[in-house]
Amino acid sequence: MSAQFLQFLLAGLTVGAIYALVALGFSIIYNASHVINFAQGEFVMIGGMATVSLAGAGLPLPAAIASAVLLSAAIGLALQKFAIEPARGAPVVALIIITIGASILLRGVAALVWGKNIHALKAFSGEAPIQIAGATLVPQSLWVIGVALAVVALLGWFFRRTLLGKALLATSHNRLAAQLAGISVRHVLLASFGLSGALGAVAGVLVAPITFTSWDIGVMLGLKGFAAAVLGGIGSGPGAVLGGLALGIAEAMSAGYVSSAYKDAIAFVIILAVLVFLPSGLLGARGAERV
Amino acid sequence: MLDRLASPRTGGLAALALIVLLLPLALRNNYMYEVAILVGLNAIVCIGLNLLIGYAGQISLGHAGFFGLGAYVPAILAARYGWPSAAAVAASTFGVAVLAYLVGRPILRLRGHYLAMATLGMGIIISIVIATEDRLTGGPDGMQVPPLALAGFVLSGEKSWYWVVGALLVVAVWLAQNLVDSPHGRALRALHTSEVAAEVSGIDSAGHKVRVFVISAVYAALAGSLAAYYAGFITPAKVTFFHSIELVTMVVFGGMASTFGAVVGAAVLTTLPQALTSFKEYEMVAFGAVMMATMIFMPKGLVPTLAARIAARSAPR
Repeated sequence: MSAQFLQFLLAGLTVGAIYALVALGFSIIYNASHVINFAQGEFVMIGGMATVSLAGAGLPLPAAIASAVLLSAAIGLALQKFAIEPARGAPVVALIIITIGASILLRGVAALVWGKNIHALKAFSGEAPIQIAGATLVPQSLWVIGVALAVVALLGWFFRRTLLGKALLATSHNRLAAQLAGISVRHVLLASFGLSGALGAVAGVLVAPITFTSWDIGVMLGLKGFAAAVLGGIGSGPGAVLGGLALGIAEAMSAGYVSSAYKDAIAFVIILAVLVFLPSGLLGARGAERV
Repeated sequence: MLDRLASPRTGGLAALALIVLLLPLALRNNYMYEVAILVGLNAIVCIGLNLLIGYAGQISLGHAGFFGLGAYVPAILAARYGWPSAAAVAASTFGVAVLAYLVGRPILRLRGHYLAMATLGMGIIISIVIATEDRLTGGPDGMQVPPLALAGFVLSGEKSWYWVVGALLVVAVWLAQNLVDSPHGRALRALHTSEVAAEVSGIDSAGHKVRVFVISAVYAALAGSLAAYYAGFITPAKVTFFHSIELVTMVVFGGMASTFGAVVGAAVLTTLPQALTSFKEYEMVAFGAVMMATMIFMPKGLVPTLAARIAARSAPR
């Protein structure tokens, strides 16, 4: 394996881990409510921006990160409570537009509160690059990959071992049956939005030292996360992780070997190709639609 | 004759024509004409998009791409290769139709969120190509568009543009309404309700979906060409994902499966940002809030909700 290839692979894994976290946020909300939350990217932005501003105000970094994640989770709860729940029974397009409206609203508020400048967050443990077989790696990449792994493990435990996690799974399989079994679907939906908000914010904090952060980074990160979720088969947890990593690596390879100007486009070319040949994603549910 | 005027179809078309004719009485300066022209151009895109979203039930988050190709291709052909306006517009419209057919065939098999993703991806690819190929398109800085000249007559001035766009708007509505009431339109509504049921009764749903996708792309491309010639300058801002969203929002805001709803949606959401510029930094917040509130309280859109209210009030108790 050449050093150059390894370099691209490491860069791809780092970005891919971020996409995977965003895609997991999409999948959790989609499973619970069958809503595609186009405001998912804004959670990423809020996580990064809130951490930068709280740390700038003198809060120690861990406290700033925790507050930012809580803030984003609270915004997720508010989104479900005040925008999605009142629109119960609306057609899918209307729900898509509500979440797009929410993303524009959140971006507007962020521009008002934090301004339109680009902010940098200090790397968690220094900037001294690590040499691996000729490739260099910034320590922040290890944070990204490590935390993403921990989050995935935690989510696996949450869905398999906790009552709330199982209630969420039950709701995603059959809402009515879950309700009849005594699950409060309302609370499950709230939990899914809160969880997605927190996940997005974690991604935003992790990536902020590498790519910087600003009021409008949520758009592209949100779309890439959605693409990763679709690539893996929407609603599938392992699919979201796989889709995120695959997208990140493909993007880094094409930026390195083909053209960096078309890096963003290539991600969507891959998506189109996958959708044409595997219409339900890599790990999506197959089977005929019931009438 | 009176019966026909009273029917919502002909009556609506007559009312629209009347509004287009009488509106100049209320337009006091060039700026107001400019807003009216923008409303007309957006309305044309929305009428086409509404055929796809409202009648056939297929979402597209990439129509700004077709709009953008309609704007850029004639501009490039005219400015870089010296093509006459009519040939340039004809070539770009035909090109967009072919592209929509080639892209539409495979992706319209997808449903719901997968179709949303595919159209979104297509739109973003087009916008990235336009922003990157700066030798042809001028990149992010945009490019000049030579004036629209037909048979030696150069279209210029807000007033002449107003009449051209107004007339095209009426024609666009008339064509769309005829299409909705044709066998093709009935097939679209059938496959919207249930694709399986439509296919069982002998409707080639794939063919109909591709056809309406091509038609809506042609509407968008033509409006894009006109917008570019009118402004004399284009930037990639009109080709972005955000513009695709604006277009879909106009359709849904006005009311899906209602041609006049599409026109009303375009009118409200094109004038709203102009009205909101006085709020400056609060513009985005207000735009987002209006989008959310409309969909929460009127998920069917403005025109169908109001029509249902009026019908409920005039119905005998």
